[in-house]
Amino acid sequence: MNGIVPAPIAALPWRVIFILAALVGFGATVLYSAAGGHFEPWAGKHVIRFVVLLTMAIAMSRMTLEFWKSMTFPLYLLLLVLLVVVQLMGFVGGGSQRWINLGIITLQPSELMKPVMVLAAAWFFDRLPPNRIYGFDAIWPLGAILLLPSILVIIQPDFDAAIAYAFGLGVVGFMAGLPLIYFISAGVGVAVLAPLVFFFGLKAYQQDRVLIFLNPENDPLGAGYHITQSKIAIGSGGIFGKGFGNGTQSHLDYLPEGHTDFVFATMAEEWGIVGGFFILFMYYLLMRWGLNVAMQSKTRYGQLVAAGLTCTIFFYIMINLLMVVGLAPVAGIPLPFVSHGGSSMLTMMLCVGIMMSIERHPGAKRGQFQ
Amino acid sequence: MKVQKQVTSGQLDFTFTRRAAFVGGVQAAIGLTVAARMSYIAVADNEKYKLLAESNRVNLTIIPPRRGWFVDRYGKPIATNRADFRVDIIPDRLVEKEQTVKTLAELLALSTDDVDRIHRELKLAQGFQPVQVADGLDYERFAAVSVRLPDLPGVSPRQGYSRFYPSGAAVGHLIGYVGTVSAEEYQKNKNPLLITPGFKVGKDGLEKTLEDRLQGEPGAKRTEVTARGKIVRDLATRPDIPGKPVQLTIDIDLHNYAARRLGLESGSVVIFDCLTGDILTMASMPCYDPNSFSDGIGRVEWKMLNSDDHIPMLNKALQGLYPPGSTVKPAAALAMLHHGVDPEETVVCGGGYRLGNRVFKCLGRHGPMNMANALMKSCNTYFYAMGRRIGYDAIAPFAKALGLGQEFILPFPSQRYGTIPDSAWKMRKYDQKWSESDTLNATIGQGYVSVSPFQLAMMAARIASGLNIQPEIILKKRQVPGRLGFPEEHLAVVREGMNRVVNGAGTAVRSKLDIPGIAMAGKTGTAQVRRISGSQRGQSGAWKYRDHGLFVCFAPVDNPRYGASVVIEHGMGGARAAAPIAKDVLTFLYDREKAMASLEALEAGWGGNIEQRMGSKYAAFQGQPAAPPPLDPTI
Repeated sequence: MNGIVPAPIAALPWRVIFILAALVGFGATVLYSAAGGHFEPWAGKHVIRFVVLLTMAIAMSRMTLEFWKSMTFPLYLLLLVLLVVVQLMGFVGGGSQRWINLGIITLQPSELMKPVMVLAAAWFFDRLPPNRIYGFDAIWPLGAILLLPSILVIIQPDFDAAIAYAFGLGVVGFMAGLPLIYFISAGVGVAVLAPLVFFFGLKAYQQDRVLIFLNPENDPLGAGYHITQSKIAIGSGGIFGKGFGNGTQSHLDYLPEGHTDFVFATMAEEWGIVGGFFILFMYYLLMRWGLNVAMQSKTRYGQLVAAGLTCTIFFYIMINLLMVVGLAPVAGIPLPFVSHGGSSMLTMMLCVGIMMSIERHPGAKRGQFQ
Repeated sequence: MKVQKQVTSGQLDFTFTRRAAFVGGVQAAIGLTVAARMSYIAVADNEKYKLLAESNRVNLTIIPPRRGWFVDRYGKPIATNRADFRVDIIPDRLVEKEQTVKTLAELLALSTDDVDRIHRELKLAQGFQPVQVADGLDYERFAAVSVRLPDLPGVSPRQGYSRFYPSGAAVGHLIGYVGTVSAEEYQKNKNPLLITPGFKVGKDGLEKTLEDRLQGEPGAKRTEVTARGKIVRDLATRPDIPGKPVQLTIDIDLHNYAARRLGLESGSVVIFDCLTGDILTMASMPCYDPNSFSDGIGRVEWKMLNSDDHIPMLNKALQGLYPPGSTVKPAAALAMLHHGVDPEETVVCGGGYRLGNRVFKCLGRHGPMNMANALMKSCNTYFYAMGRRIGYDAIAPFAKALGLGQEFILPFPSQRYGTIPDSAWKMRKYDQKWSESDTLNATIGQGYVSVSPFQLAMMAARIASGLNIQPEIILKKRQVPGRLGFPEEHLAVVREGMNRVVNGAGTAVRSKLDIPGIAMAGKTGTAQVRRISGSQRGQSGAWKYRDHGLFVCFAPVDNPRYGASVVIEHGMGGARAAAPIAKDVLTFLYDREKAMASLEALEAGWGGNIEQRMGSKYAAFQGQPAAPPPLDPTI
C-alpha cells in the first residue's frame, strides 16, 4: 500500500466492501424507482442500514477467530432461549410471532440462528478428532444441534428457516469431510420422503405454493399470481429493460412484494438482463471472495465457518432467484443486499463481518506457532 | 465395532479443498441456470411478456356508440340521446350485496320499487351482465356515489347516454323502445359491446327492426390502471361513431296531436299522404311510455300496463283487427260500378232486406237510394241488394286492390293483415260453400271480414287519389306511384258519396271541418263486437261488448292530399266516437290553433294530457301489491 491512504483505512477489506456497495447501491437505485422516484420509504433506509451494518461488520472483523470460537456456544444457547421466549410471547399475544421488538431494532432469533448454526457446526467439527469423522460420534451431536432450533421454528411455523438450518449444517458437514455416502443417502431419502411429506405433511395452501410454480398460469389470480407477474416483469424487460423509472409492473402494483422478495423482477423490468447479469456477476465475486477466505484460512474452524457462511448467503440468493424466475416455489426469502428489509440485511452483514474477521485472522496450522 | 480408519487433519484439509471446489462449481452451475432462464424469459419470450405487461397496464373500456336519432319528415326529433350519469352494479365484483344496495338506495334516493327491481335483477344476473341501479342521475348524486367508490366494490358509475323520446307514450308503438341485452342475445353473439353498461338495443318497433342502422360503432377508451383498478391516466381514446339518424315520413306534431286527441279511448289514428303513401301519423293509444322501458321498468308500472283492458302493449294501428263495418262500403261501391251497376239506379230501403226467410236489418228506413246517397246514409239495404246482385267474389278483389287484408312490407316487427274473404277462402278454411248471407254480411263489412286500421287508412288514401300508393315509414325519394286502374268517373261517384257523408245529409255531418275552403269526405262505420242480441245493439252495457266506432276519410275533397282512418274500440259508433277525432286531427293540419283549443278543452275534462294522466294513474297504482315484470318484456 502506498502512503497516501492511512494504514487503518488501507487495511480494510476493500474488495468485499466494493462488491457489497455495488449490490446495495444498485438495490437502492431499484428501490428508489420502485417508490416512484423517492428515497422514502425504502431506498434511503436501505443505504443507511447498510452503512450502519457495514460499520458493525468492520468492528466484528477486529475480533479474533478465538473470540468467535468462544462465543459460538453461548450464542447458540442464547438464541435457543430467545426462540422459546418468542414462542411464549406468541402464546401470550395469541398467534404466531417471530420477532422481539427491542425498540430500535426488531430481533428475529430464527433468522439470526442461520449463521449461528454454521458457527456451531464448525465449532463441533473443530473439536471432533479427525479420525472420528466416520463414526457415529460425528452424527448425533450434529443432529442435536440441528433439531433443537428446528423444532422450535417449525412450531412457529417457519419451514423455510428449518430448511435453511439443515442446509447450513449440511454444507459445513460436507466441507468437514463427512462421508459422501451420508449425502447420497440423504439425497435418496429426500427423493423418497418428499412426495410423502408433500401429500400427507403439508397443508393445502402449502401444497399450492409448492406446486403452482410448475404451472402458474393455471391459477393466475391465486397462488400463481406472484410468479406470473414476476415472469411478466422480467420477460417484458427484455435485454436492456424499460429504462429507469419506467417499470409498469412494479409502479402499477401488479408485481407483489416488488421491493422485498421480488426486487429482482422489479430490477429486471427496468434494467433488463443486463442488470440481471450485473447482479449475478457481483454475487459471483462475493462467492469467490467467500470461498477464497475459506481456502486461505489456516484453521479448520475458520475454513468451515467461512465456507458455511458463504453458502448461507448463497442459499438466500439461490432460493430467491430460482423463485423469481419461476423455477422454485414461492418462499418468503429476500435477495441479499438488494431487497429492502432489516432482518435479512442484519443476518447477511453478520456473515460478512465474521468472514472479514477470518480474512483478517487466517490463523496458523495446527502445530505451527501463531 | 467399525474398522477405525485413520484420518489426519491433513487429509481433512485436502477433502475440504476438493469439496469447496465442488461447492463452488455447484454454485456456478446454479448461477448459470438462473442466467439462462432469465435470458430465455426476457429474450425468447420477450414479445409474449411485453404483451402481457401491456394488457396488465392498459384497461380497455368500450364506449357504447350513441344510437342514431329518429327524426320526423321535417327533421324534428322523435328519439334522441340524452347525456346522463348512470350507476351500475357488476355482479361479479360485488362483495357486500345487501349493504351495497342499501348504501346506493340511500345515496340515490331510490324508491322501494327500484330497490326491488335491483334485487330481482341481481338474483338472475349472470356475472358478466351489469345490473342498472339508476340512470338519468344529476351530477350531485352521481358524485356522491363516485366519492364512495372505494367502499363500494362492484359499483360502476359512468357518464353515458340514454335514449330519450320527447313525445313519450305517443310514439311508443311507432318507435318501440330500447333495453339491455338479454342473456340469450349475448349467448348468440358474444360481442363484449353487448354487455357494456349503458349499451341498449332495440326491443320493439322501429328501434328493433332498424337496429343495424341505428347502432353505430363503439369507441374505446384506453386507461392506465393499477392492479387495484385505480386509473392512473388516460391513454389514447377512439371516439364512438354514432349510428345513422333515420328520417321517418311521420309528421311528429300531427302524430302527437292524434295520440293526444284519442284521449281516454282505446284506438288508433293513421294518416297517409295519399299522393305518395308516406305514413304521416300512426298513433295507437293507450301506450306505454318507451322512456320507462329504456330505464328498466318497475313492477308497479308493469302491472299498470298489464291490468289495463285497453291493452297498452298492443299497437292497434298495425296489430288490431276489426270488422270494418260500413267503412268498406266505398270499396263495395267501386266493385258494383265496375260490374255494371248504374250509380243512379235506386233501391228502396224499407228498413231491411229479406233473404229467404231472414231479414237483414238496415239502420233506418231510407226510402229510394241511389249509390251516392246510400253511401251518405250508410244504407245497408242498398248494399245488400247490389252486393247480392254482383256477388262477394266480385267485391273482394276491389277491397284487396284498395289494400284491405293486404300485407305491406314495412320495418315493423309484427303486423296483422286480417281477412277479405271469398268463396275460395271459405272453402279452404271451413270446407263450406259461400252463402248469400255471407255476401250480405261481408258487403257491409261484417261476418268474416277483418282489417287493420292501417289498411283502412290505405283504402281511404287510394280512393282519394286513385293512385297505387305503397305505404312507407322511412322518408326517401320514391317513384311517383301509378294509377290503380279505377275509372275516374267511378271514383267520382264514390268520392261524392263520401263527401255527402260529411258535407251533405250524411252520418257524419257533425264532424264537418270548420275551415274555409277545406272540406273532408269520409265514411263512418260501426262494427258489432258480438251478435245483435235483442234491442241492445251493442250501444250500451259492458265496455268490451260495445260496438267499435270507425271512420275513414280524406281531405280536401276537391284535391285530396290526406287519407286517414280512425278506429275507436268499443266507441259505439263511427259518427259518434271516430269522426270527431278525424275532424280535429285534420283540422290540425290546416289550423293548429283551432285544433289545440279544441284539444285543450277536452283534456281539461279528461284529467290532463297523456303524461299527466299516466302519472296520476301510476300514483294510484303505487302501494298496491304487484307481481314482478319479466326481465325482457318482449319475450
